[in-house]
Amino acid sequence: MTETRAITTPGRRVEPHAGIPSGSSPKGSSLRSAVVSTLKHAGLILLALVMIYPLLWMVVSSIRPNSEIFTTPGLFSDSFDFSHYTTGWNALAAPFSTYLLNSGLIVLGSVIGNLISCSLAAYAFARLNFKLKTLAFVAMLVTIMLPIHVLIVPQYVLFAQLGWVNTYLPLIVPKFLATDAFFIFLMVQFIRGIPRELDEAARIDGASHFRIYSQIMLPLMVPALATTAIFTFIWTWNDFFSQLIFVTKPDLYTVPVALRSFIDSQSQSDFGALFAMSIVSLVPIFLVFLFGQRFLLRGIATTGGK
Amino acid sequence: MSALGELRTITHKRGPESAASKRARTKDNKVAAFFLAPWLLGLLGITIGPMLISLYLAFTNYNLLQAPKFTGLANIQRMLGDERLAHSLQATFTYVIVSVPLQLGTALALAVLLDRGLRALPLYRSVFYLPSLLGSSVAVAVLWRLVFGGEGLVNAFLAVFGIEGAAWISSPDTALSTLILLHMWTFGAPMVIFLAGLRQIPREYYEASSTDGATKWRQFRSITLPLLSPIIFFNLVLGLIGSFQTFTQAFIVSNGSGGPADSTLFFSLYLYQEGFSSFRMGYASALAWLLLIIIGIFTSLNFWASKYWVFYDD
Repeated sequence: MTETRAITTPGRRVEPHAGIPSGSSPKGSSLRSAVVSTLKHAGLILLALVMIYPLLWMVVSSIRPNSEIFTTPGLFSDSFDFSHYTTGWNALAAPFSTYLLNSGLIVLGSVIGNLISCSLAAYAFARLNFKLKTLAFVAMLVTIMLPIHVLIVPQYVLFAQLGWVNTYLPLIVPKFLATDAFFIFLMVQFIRGIPRELDEAARIDGASHFRIYSQIMLPLMVPALATTAIFTFIWTWNDFFSQLIFVTKPDLYTVPVALRSFIDSQSQSDFGALFAMSIVSLVPIFLVFLFGQRFLLRGIATTGGK
Repeated sequence: MSALGELRTITHKRGPESAASKRARTKDNKVAAFFLAPWLLGLLGITIGPMLISLYLAFTNYNLLQAPKFTGLANIQRMLGDERLAHSLQATFTYVIVSVPLQLGTALALAVLLDRGLRALPLYRSVFYLPSLLGSSVAVAVLWRLVFGGEGLVNAFLAVFGIEGAAWISSPDTALSTLILLHMWTFGAPMVIFLAGLRQIPREYYEASSTDGATKWRQFRSITLPLLSPIIFFNLVLGLIGSFQTFTQAFIVSNGSGGPADSTLFFSLYLYQEGFSSFRMGYASALAWLLLIIIGIFTSLNFWASKYWVFYDD
């Protein structure tokens, strides 16, 4: 119940009591606790290194001659070879920038779609009274957990009949219809934390619901909208299943589909170039992680709870 | 409150707001229709409609070119004799049952370890969280292929110590384990949820119990676990639902085949092969419904079992 606070209170971060020393330690055990703490840090650092190592190895491998990639597990190298980036960039039918742009286009459409459609629905669920509200709300919650596989075949048939296969419409239009119900829920939670007095005052002044939504709620919801935008970005950028199904023309390929065809075409030869393009494909996610971490952590903490 | 908590409140008690709002219930119907129009259209046109159609297709023979032909229970009969389906179920169940508890266990252990006032917490948290953002990407699956390949990073490391590695990815005995490891690698997301949950446990509980002489382990069992149980439940349900649907990692690592020897033929991968490589759309729909039923059973079992171990303080 309380996690909502993390997201509804602007400026408060999910920062589990950092800096507060644990428990009460009697004077005599201070040496022991210092040893324990050192061991703990050593263990954590080791684990962090092991986890990050494959990523670092991938970065180093992308600037290392092919002959060295699998012979040296270490991260140091005498010779650098940046040519993998140029060969990889041009290895497929179109330059890699095409795929980045294609993915970017789908991400942009999905983000805009989710922001509009989910915030509209969330306002209704959080602030309006209407017939069958509980049923609608339950339906919304259940669809969060629905596997996409039950829908994919008829969706494919539907979109094929509309002539939408090999366009980005099957990937973008559903977002304008709020099919990512998770974000509706996230925003409902957020709106519930906004004092009702605000919109009641506006109602008394004669403002319509649409005005309250667009001029009071949306500005106050910026943190929830940011979380939605960032998660939509990452999930759409990484999405492979539906892009593989709906995009089969090479010049429409998105980044994940292009990378996959890269494995096929290069077979087992140019690993450096494959690594280089893999890294290029991860850079946007990494940037979002760097600059949007606050919203990511808030969002993910809000999804949990009782 | 999580989506699950919300569902529980609605189904176990009454709606979250009943008496007070009942008077005004029919007031905003028209406005609500406007706000809900996109969602409703999506729910009917892109979710419920397709679900019903796929239920029908499950009893047909359909290859996209000719109209679906009703074949009664033929698809179900086919399932019963489908050896690849059996392999697929085995791979999927093994993956789900092993990787979900391992991932959650790691997440919980790390969350508890990080919770107790570490100054470098934000740094650790970021480093542990990053993989869960990358884990479902094609790039990381490619990386995994090369880390565990016959001449990959792991074997290169082992060679330094004079150990001859195995063909991790191309051997049916180990291929699935590499995918389980990949799932464990993404423990950061549930860890962050656990950390947020731990933060809500009042410090006084621990202080009072340590004055009474409780050990750390006892505190963990008697305070942390019960108070965190709703969050463990949430992570468990979502973890199961999610890992039943794993696709990208198996597809990339096995190059779309689900091999070697069907050992990584996850359910969604088999469904993809049947539906979108062999164009047996009717059979693929039947498989999709089987997946839905399996996930439904697992989720209900979870809800049922939660009565015995999940502690709600309301």
